[in-house]
This record gives sequence, structure tokens and C-alpha cells, in this order.
Amino acid sequence: MEKERIGVYICHCGSNIAGTVDVAEVSRWAGEALKDRGVVVSRDYKFMCSSLGQELIQKDIKEQGLTRVVVAACSPHLHEQTFRNACKEGGLNPYLCELVSIREQCSWIHPDKAVGTEKAKAIVSGGVEKVIWDEPLEPLRVPINPVTLVVGGGIAGIQAALEVANAGYPVIMVEREPSIGGHMAQFDKTFPTLDCSACILTPRMVEVGSHPNVKLFSYAEVANVSGYVGNFQVTIKQKARSVNTDLCTGCGICQEKCPKKVIDPVFEAGLGYRKAVYTPFPQAVPKYPVIDRENCTYFLKGTCKACEKFCPTGAIDFNQEDEYFTFDVGQIILATGWDLFDARRIPQYGYGRLANVFTSLEFERLSNAAGPTGGKIVLRDGVTVPKSVAIIHCVGSRDKNYNPYCSAICCMQSLKFAHLVHERTGAEVYNFYIDMRTPAKGYEEFYQRLLEEGTHFIRGKVAEITDAARYPGEEGKLIVQAENTLIGKQMRVPVDMVILSAALEPRHDFKEVARLFGISCSEEGWLIERHPKLDPVATMTEGIYIAGCAQGPKDIPASVAQGAAAAARVVGKIQQKEITMEPIRASIDQDKCSGCRICNNMCPFNAISFIEDRMVSEVNPALCQGCGTCVAACPAGAISGTVFSDQAILAQLDGLLLNNVKAIDLTPA
Amino acid sequence: MSEQFEPVIIGFTCNWCSYRAADMAGMGRIKYAPNIRLIRLMCSGRLDPTFIIKAFAGGADGVLVSGCHPGDCHYIEQNYKAMRRFYLLRRLLAQMGIEPGRLKLLWASAAEGQIFADEVTKFTEEVRALGPLNWNPTAALEAEQIIHEPAEVAA
Repeated sequence: MEKERIGVYICHCGSNIAGTVDVAEVSRWAGEALKDRGVVVSRDYKFMCSSLGQELIQKDIKEQGLTRVVVAACSPHLHEQTFRNACKEGGLNPYLCELVSIREQCSWIHPDKAVGTEKAKAIVSGGVEKVIWDEPLEPLRVPINPVTLVVGGGIAGIQAALEVANAGYPVIMVEREPSIGGHMAQFDKTFPTLDCSACILTPRMVEVGSHPNVKLFSYAEVANVSGYVGNFQVTIKQKARSVNTDLCTGCGICQEKCPKKVIDPVFEAGLGYRKAVYTPFPQAVPKYPVIDRENCTYFLKGTCKACEKFCPTGAIDFNQEDEYFTFDVGQIILATGWDLFDARRIPQYGYGRLANVFTSLEFERLSNAAGPTGGKIVLRDGVTVPKSVAIIHCVGSRDKNYNPYCSAICCMQSLKFAHLVHERTGAEVYNFYIDMRTPAKGYEEFYQRLLEEGTHFIRGKVAEITDAARYPGEEGKLIVQAENTLIGKQMRVPVDMVILSAALEPRHDFKEVARLFGISCSEEGWLIERHPKLDPVATMTEGIYIAGCAQGPKDIPASVAQGAAAAARVVGKIQQKEITMEPIRASIDQDKCSGCRICNNMCPFNAISFIEDRMVSEVNPALCQGCGTCVAACPAGAISGTVFSDQAILAQLDGLLLNNVKAIDLTPA
Repeated sequence: MSEQFEPVIIGFTCNWCSYRAADMAGMGRIKYAPNIRLIRLMCSGRLDPTFIIKAFAGGADGVLVSGCHPGDCHYIEQNYKAMRRFYLLRRLLAQMGIEPGRLKLLWASAAEGQIFADEVTKFTEEVRALGPLNWNPTAALEAEQIIHEPAEVAA
């Protein structure tokens, strides 16, 4: 092998490095001690990252014919790209440049100049040994399919789908329920402006349903995902609606005629009824109903068929089966939303045992003009208007027994409830809170408004809700027992109705979702973003984005913002037409591979597949993320990783231990 | 250099968490033992146990393996694989005549510069107390064979 011509550049970084490292000495040492290793130029300069510093490298590449460059300066996380680009412009492949850190890991951690200088020498020596093994590489380019899959048809998914579709790219939306709309469709009013939820949501739903670029699958789930960024294959399971959507006009006669009434546990939160053939609500998108086979009399007993008899277009199809569709998509946005905390888990709050304890979603339906009571706020008996109502905040959140996190929306939601109760019933309202959290635009003002409206705010965590009267005036009431921590006194507040502002929880099937899409979730089950501040909608898996409450509890404005943000990322990628990926990849030497398949299970990205007919494994470079675990695992040493090959790492190790120069010292004269 | 023994420690860090923890320690100007020299891998899962043995054979007195916290791996779960290899190797090292205390596993997130610095200092002192390794792998291998021979005969 012809000897490389290596240039070494030691940066002063003003006094940041030069203060505790004798840069001139390191430079001199590298030029002399590492001469036999191929170092032909060794310089130190005040600021290597400056344009003058970069020009220095470029000049040497041209004049000295450098084939490798080592820069000893700051962390590669700061300036690796800078120096790679400098080399590229100087005519050297950017991956033949190595940046080693003598600032963060050396000059800044120790005050002693002699010690710092010695350590810097070792670090430079390691860099020189490694750079010898570096290979010229080209970034990987993969074409990107413009079709985007949006999973979840709540407000975050709707926003994302519309943004992408309006940019002119095709969208496939998958929604588990018979209609899109998500939780927002259940609400009556939205805080803090109190505008009607349906009025702002349904136009968006209709837009999705009728958009020429959106293909909508409701009552469907994603069954399988394979592939990689730009080139995913997804299989969608369309559950049998028992209604032929080509024939159905959505007239609703079937729902009218269906004799079977069942409690609706999803949309009406168990508070109202629907038929066995149903759309969850009148403005449902798509308009086609589904037959709930578990409750349909025909499916249970084999007779009835009232819907079929009355359907004017003959759209009812009892023999329909689940169908599977496979699509190629380029990118995926997950907006799978949230589940409500099961308030039964806190037995002392009596939900499910005490009739007039309601959950927040139940109250949303109760107060909704299109809900089971037509918007009348009444007790469970359906007629009695409450004279006093307690609203309990932080039920199942900010509680280490259940969920440690803050659910973010409950304070504002509880204020909204307080306002609606006050406005519609004139009842006395008691809000039991731990801390009031009203940080967004217009929220604090809404809180002030509620204070003026005369809502009672009691700072204290409720210990118990009971119907056991102890004092006069408590008979027939629900008694809320709490300590008012502002005055340090125990209180018993008798009320007619209690509303529990229950926590937002991750979807019950978050684990399956995370596994299906190859992304990770937090301990609680929220999907994890790439960076909590700077990359909140991307995930660690290229091409998969998250939006809305799937990422963590948030309100409607934040969900919409995330949906739009995810869409912007997707559209940005599509417009590049191809994706550039760092060429840090593993590859398998087919001649060395014994076909043992140990590596197959090592890869969390399913990048390694076994080729049956040749009995060897192969790495898909577009799926491979370059972690190198398979490289370390291969017993035959058949897998190698670019940038971090075995030889490069062992060479760097030798350099760091200064064995490269020791060997020279030991050579007999 | 001073009279006291200055151990040479090699640290294998991952690109995403532990190397950034070292960056963070530097940026915070946290002072810690300078004996450690880092090798940046993409992931702790890249760590071939051979690297550690080569480090000891090449003159290192201690080796630190550092990665993202369990559950935080940039590559989903590869640090668990590093962990499995670590414990297996540590047992092997003892059989080769290397004190298990010369090998340390440290989980450090990108925010844990202080923890990284403190642990490196602590580890450096522990290795200093153990003294120079001066490990001769050839001799160790021979010793290994001597131990194994009677067992084989017995089998």
C-alpha cells in the first residue's frame, strides 16, 4: 500500500486550546514522531475553522498532495461538517478528513499544560492512525415516493393530511373508528374562546373526505409496515363495514330502521345510545355507516335484516369480509392520539359506583348540543339539574400512583366546564386544583374571567368523594373531602355532581404501534421525538413523524401546530425528490459470510436479510442506520462498517496508546 | 509528571449520548482526571469485545465502556447488546488475569456531563489503586492453557 500523505492541523481556538495545551509542541511532535506514519505537514493555527484556516488546508491539499487530513480542534459534533466541506472544496473526498477533539475532551478539563499537551499528542496520534484507514465515500441517495401515510384522523392527523394534500401530494389516511374527527368531534366548546368544536372541525373533516389528493380509509388499521424512508410498503386492513360504500348514499334510513339500540362506549363515552348499524355522529366523514357485528341482531340470531329491507340502494352486504390493501408510501405521520385515564382506578373517587360522578369526556357529551341530553347539564337520572358541581383537577395525572406527568389540558378544560355549568345551570361550581396551569395565549385571561364569574377555587387534592352524610345538609349529596392548603383546613363540600378531569394517557396499544412502525416510546408510552426541543415531530426512524397527543398530552392549538409541522417536514423531503443519507453503513462480505444468521436478529431496523438460495446474509444500505452492532457480532468477521471499521478503530486505539511511536522507538538502530 | 502512577484509560463512547456527555463536561469546564482517551463509536453496540482486550494488551490500564441509558439508545436497543457483551467479557477478563475493576460500564446521557466527569475521575482513582496492568497476553494465554489442560484430561 502506498503511504498516505497526511496533513495535521492543530487549532489554538484562541486561548481555549492554546491556554492549556502547548499547540506548537504538539504540532512539532506530530511532524517528527508521526513522520513515519505518513505525516508530511503539521501546522498550528489560531482558528482552524475560520476561512483562513480552511484555506490553509485546501492549499496544502493542492500543493503538498495531501491524501488525508487530521484536524485537532473542537468536538466533531461542532465542526466535523465544516472541515469535511473544506476538504471537499480542496479536492479531497470529505470522508478522508478526521476531526479529533482536543478542546472538550482535553484543554477544557484540566488546568495543567504539561498534562494537556501529552494528552493532545495521544489524541492526535489516534486520529492519524484512524485516518489512514478512512475510505473515500459518497453520500447515499434514495429516491422518495411522494405518497404519505397519515395514521389517525383526529385534528392533528387532519391538519397534517390537508397540508400535504394541499401542497399537491397524495395522502392516504387511516382511521380506526368509522369516522374521522377524533376526540375533538366529541367536544361542545373549545377553550379559551368557547367557539363550537363541531363548527370549526367539521369543515376540515369534509375537506379531507372530499380532497382529490386524499384517499381515506376509515374503520381500518395499519396491519404491516416494511421498507425504509422514501420507500415504505404498508398494508392496510379494512375491517368489514357490511355496507357497500360504492352503493351507499349515506341517507341514514338503515340507522332509522335498525331496531337494536346499544350503548355507545366510544363516541358517546358510554352516556348515550347508537344503533347496531351506525355512524358515530351525523356529520361523520365518510358518511357510510358500519354494522357492529357484535351487536347486530342478524349476526347474533340470523334474522332481522331490517336495514337491508329498507336500504333504497341495496348497499347492505352482510357477507362482506375484511380486506387488505398494500400501498407504497414515502413517509408516515403518526397522529394516533390518546386514551382517557380510567377513573375507576382511583376507587376513593367513586367513579362507576357513585352515579353522579362523571368523567371529563362524559361531561363533554353531556354539555354537547348534539349529545344524549341535547346539551342539558343534568344528573345521571337525565332530568335533575344540579345546584352545585365539583370539578376535580389532576385525576390520574401529577400523581405518582398513576401518572407522574401533567396532562396539560385539564386546567383549561376544567375552567371551560366551570363556565359551561355556571352559564347553563347557574349552579355553584367548586374547582379543586393542585396548581393552576394556564400558560398559553388567552388562557390566563380565561382563568381571570372564571374568577370573576364566581367559581370557587379550592387549592387541594381531593382525598375522597363519598355519599356517606355526616353532617346536616349532606344527605343525598356527594361530599368532596379535601384539605384547602391555602388556609390549612379540612373541608367537606356537599355537591350534586362531580366531574373528574381525568388524565390523558397513551393509546392502550402504544407498544404494538411502536413495534409496527419501528419507533420508540417513553416509559409512559408516549412516542418519542428525535429531539425534545429542536426536532419535536421527527422520530429516530427516518421518514416517520409524530404529531398531536401521540407524542404527549397537548391541546388543540398545539396538536394542529404539530400536524402542520410534520406535514412541512414531509413536503420538504418530497420536494428534494431524493434523500441524502450519511454513508455510515455496514456491509457483508459474501465470500466470508457463513450464513449463521447471528446478525439477522441483531438489527432493530430489519436491515439484514438472509438470502435463502445463496445461504448468506445481506445488508440493505437504505435501512441500515450504521450502529455497527452486527459488525461486532459477526463471528466470521464478514461484516465491516464504513467510517468505523475494525481496522480503523484498532488503529485509533494503537495511536491513542502511542504504540505507533513506541514501535518506532523500539526499532534497533 | 508527578511521582504517582498515572494510569492510561481508554474510553469507548457512543456518538449520541456518552460522547456528547463528554462534550458537555468540557463545555461546562468541569475538571476531571485527564487520563482517559476517548474513541467515538456510533453506538456502544459497535463495541467488539476484541477492542477491549486489544486495549489492555496494547497498554491500557483501564477501559471505560459508555453508552446511552437503557431505553434511550439512538438505535432503539443496541446498548442492551453492549451490556450483555460487557458482563460476559468481564467474567472472561478475570480468567485472563485482569481485575474486573479495570473495566467499567457507564450509562451517560448527553446532558450528564457532570456524571461523566465524576465517574471518570472515580474510575481513574480506582485503576490507579490497582496499579499498572503490564498485561502480557501471551503469558496469560499460556496460563489459560495450563488451567484448562487437566480439565480436558478429566473430560
